[in-house]
Amino acid sequence: MEFTLLIVALPLLLFFVLGLGGSRMQPRVAGIIGTLGMGTAAALSYAAAIRYFFAEGKVEGVFREIIPYSVEWLRFTDKLHIDLGILLDPISVMMLVVITTVSLMVHLYSLGYMRGERGFQRYYALLSLFSFSMLGLVVATNIFQMYIFWELVGVSSYSLIGFYYAKPSAVSASKKAFIVTRFADLGFLIGILVLSYYTGTFDFAALNGDKAQLVVSHTAGASFMGISIASWAMALIFMGGAGKSAMFPLHIWLPDAMEGPTPVSALIHAATMVVAGVFLVARLFPVYYFAAPDVLTMIGYVGAFTALFAAVIAITQTDIKRVLAFSTISQIAYMMVALGVSGYGDHEGLGYMASMFHLFTHAFFKALLFLGAGSVIHAVHSNEMGDMGNLRKYMPITHITFLIACLSIAGIPPFSGFFSKDEILAASLHHDKLLFFVLWVVAGLTAFYMFRLYFNIFWGKAKTYDGHHRPHESPLVMSLPLMLLALLSCGAGFTAFSQLVSSNGAPFHTHIEWEVAALGVAVALLGIALATKLYMRGGELPTLIAAAMGRFYRAALRKFYMDELWLFVTRKVIFRFISTPIARFDRRVIDGSMDGVGWVATRLAAAVKPFQNGKVQWYAFVFVLGAAAVAIWALCL
Amino acid sequence: MIPMVSYLALSTLLFFVGIYGFIARKNMLAMLISIELILNAVELNFSVFNRYLYPEQMEGMFFSLFGIAVSAAETAVAIAIIINVYRNAQNIDIRHVDKLKG
Repeated sequence: MEFTLLIVALPLLLFFVLGLGGSRMQPRVAGIIGTLGMGTAAALSYAAAIRYFFAEGKVEGVFREIIPYSVEWLRFTDKLHIDLGILLDPISVMMLVVITTVSLMVHLYSLGYMRGERGFQRYYALLSLFSFSMLGLVVATNIFQMYIFWELVGVSSYSLIGFYYAKPSAVSASKKAFIVTRFADLGFLIGILVLSYYTGTFDFAALNGDKAQLVVSHTAGASFMGISIASWAMALIFMGGAGKSAMFPLHIWLPDAMEGPTPVSALIHAATMVVAGVFLVARLFPVYYFAAPDVLTMIGYVGAFTALFAAVIAITQTDIKRVLAFSTISQIAYMMVALGVSGYGDHEGLGYMASMFHLFTHAFFKALLFLGAGSVIHAVHSNEMGDMGNLRKYMPITHITFLIACLSIAGIPPFSGFFSKDEILAASLHHDKLLFFVLWVVAGLTAFYMFRLYFNIFWGKAKTYDGHHRPHESPLVMSLPLMLLALLSCGAGFTAFSQLVSSNGAPFHTHIEWEVAALGVAVALLGIALATKLYMRGGELPTLIAAAMGRFYRAALRKFYMDELWLFVTRKVIFRFISTPIARFDRRVIDGSMDGVGWVATRLAAAVKPFQNGKVQWYAFVFVLGAAAVAIWALCL
Repeated sequence: MIPMVSYLALSTLLFFVGIYGFIARKNMLAMLISIELILNAVELNFSVFNRYLYPEQMEGMFFSLFGIAVSAAETAVAIAIIINVYRNAQNIDIRHVDKLKG
């Protein structure tokens, strides 16, 4: 399996080739090189997945971890060292497939979407950098390697959000994304340090192995402020995950990140990077489950709240990419809840499997939704729902594929979202009725807002477009990825996922729980029916309802004032009470002492300087006085 | 015979007149003449001590001759400097020659 190194190395190579040589290439050539390179990486990932799942991965009925490549990078002690390597296990192989597939689709799509843009080569170079970092993140053999790639992912996301760097809103969005996730990563780093301080290792295999015995035994008895050290460490690590995965209250950067080009949103802010937090929790799942079960419970509740919160906001938004952004937050929160309610081993670990399954299916249909939205934006040159409507006649392919994605995310059988969502609902029902109820409501809301979006774009008022701006179907290079992803959205649900991915590596059987499925589908259908009634023909009803909701509607429209709250917290509290005193300390005390040394030297020099005034006769006079003094002194002795 | 102390008094007088001139005069040529006075005071001392205390030896006399030769050389150098200063500053006032301060 050594060839898996290529999957990671190839995008890095592409980054250097396109980044350094891109300006000397035709934009088209750069795009095609990037796409072909990504295609190769994808093909290698499929080969790796097939070989792992069906040939080499399973030993005595259990999927084991394979480390085909590892080099020691930094050594601190015999046990504590940072390696760089490749770890293959069910979830990392699954992620390899997801990332390379979506990335390939986005590369292909961007050939059409970004055509004629300034910085086309730079765009492809950054896409390659992002793919490299994300692939490196999922195959990390140890938590520190993951952290390195985690930050790389953050940087490439930053530069892609700010791709249109001449646009102030894009620049501030990229800064916001970077600062919020960096803030969360501070927690992640502290968590890593605490964890490795107690256990003396960074290695996932060592941390997770043997039911996380290492963590449990090394942190036993240690506690801080009444909470065990293991819980502190894992909660801090989760903080990093919550930042990247846009969990409440660190979700504020994701909606703004939609300032980047739409294919970037599809790749980074819907399908791959934002699930890094889920992946992180899944990667350390045994540690969470055995060493810090209280944190796992907290993750479940944070996830449930975020899911509901984001779904409510998504209903009110009018920018189609923002609707999708909030829907992403909501769906990722779904995955978090599934991890939060999961047990360990076989059928107990249903939530874990369901979470990864939803990650898998969500990546495809959410990427499809974003690419479809991009296709619509490409056609009408606007993000606002108000400028759209009745597009089904002009854009048949986009319309059908978008509908498939909507049905899939709403959880209608037999589309892929149904299967994974059903598993999550089932897992939460067995664990916690409250969480189940929240998720069930969110499922209904999801169906409602997705179809609100769908009807507003493709149906609704019989809008006429004047001749010049007549919308048209996107070129093949853009519609082909849509069709491929639609195919995946239809088919991905039929994967026998529990045979491949499970919390302890041992395959187990799942079956659709029909009562849960019936409840879930019923609420989804209810949501769709409501959306059909309200939005299919247009009309005044939605406005009236919004008016009737009054304050609540306005609050949701303003995203429950979270941005304002954060601004208040940062400006009025952090800046005023922490940053300003620190800045003053820096300026007065640190700078002051250094300046003080210089000041003393200057003053001393100024005091001594007149001695050497260039007046020869003055020197002679002083010399004579000195000689006289010596003479008098000698006489007196 | 004139007592030795008269010679010494004269030499002391010469020496301090020279010191005073060196410090007080602003003209560089006048300062140079003052230096000559100082040197001559020293040479006078050498001669007198040699003549009165060790009349059978000649070292003091030689030292005086040696000093006269050195002061002649030194005068040549000093006048060359003064001429150069004059070319740069258009005068030889010592107060203008303070550009070498720190």
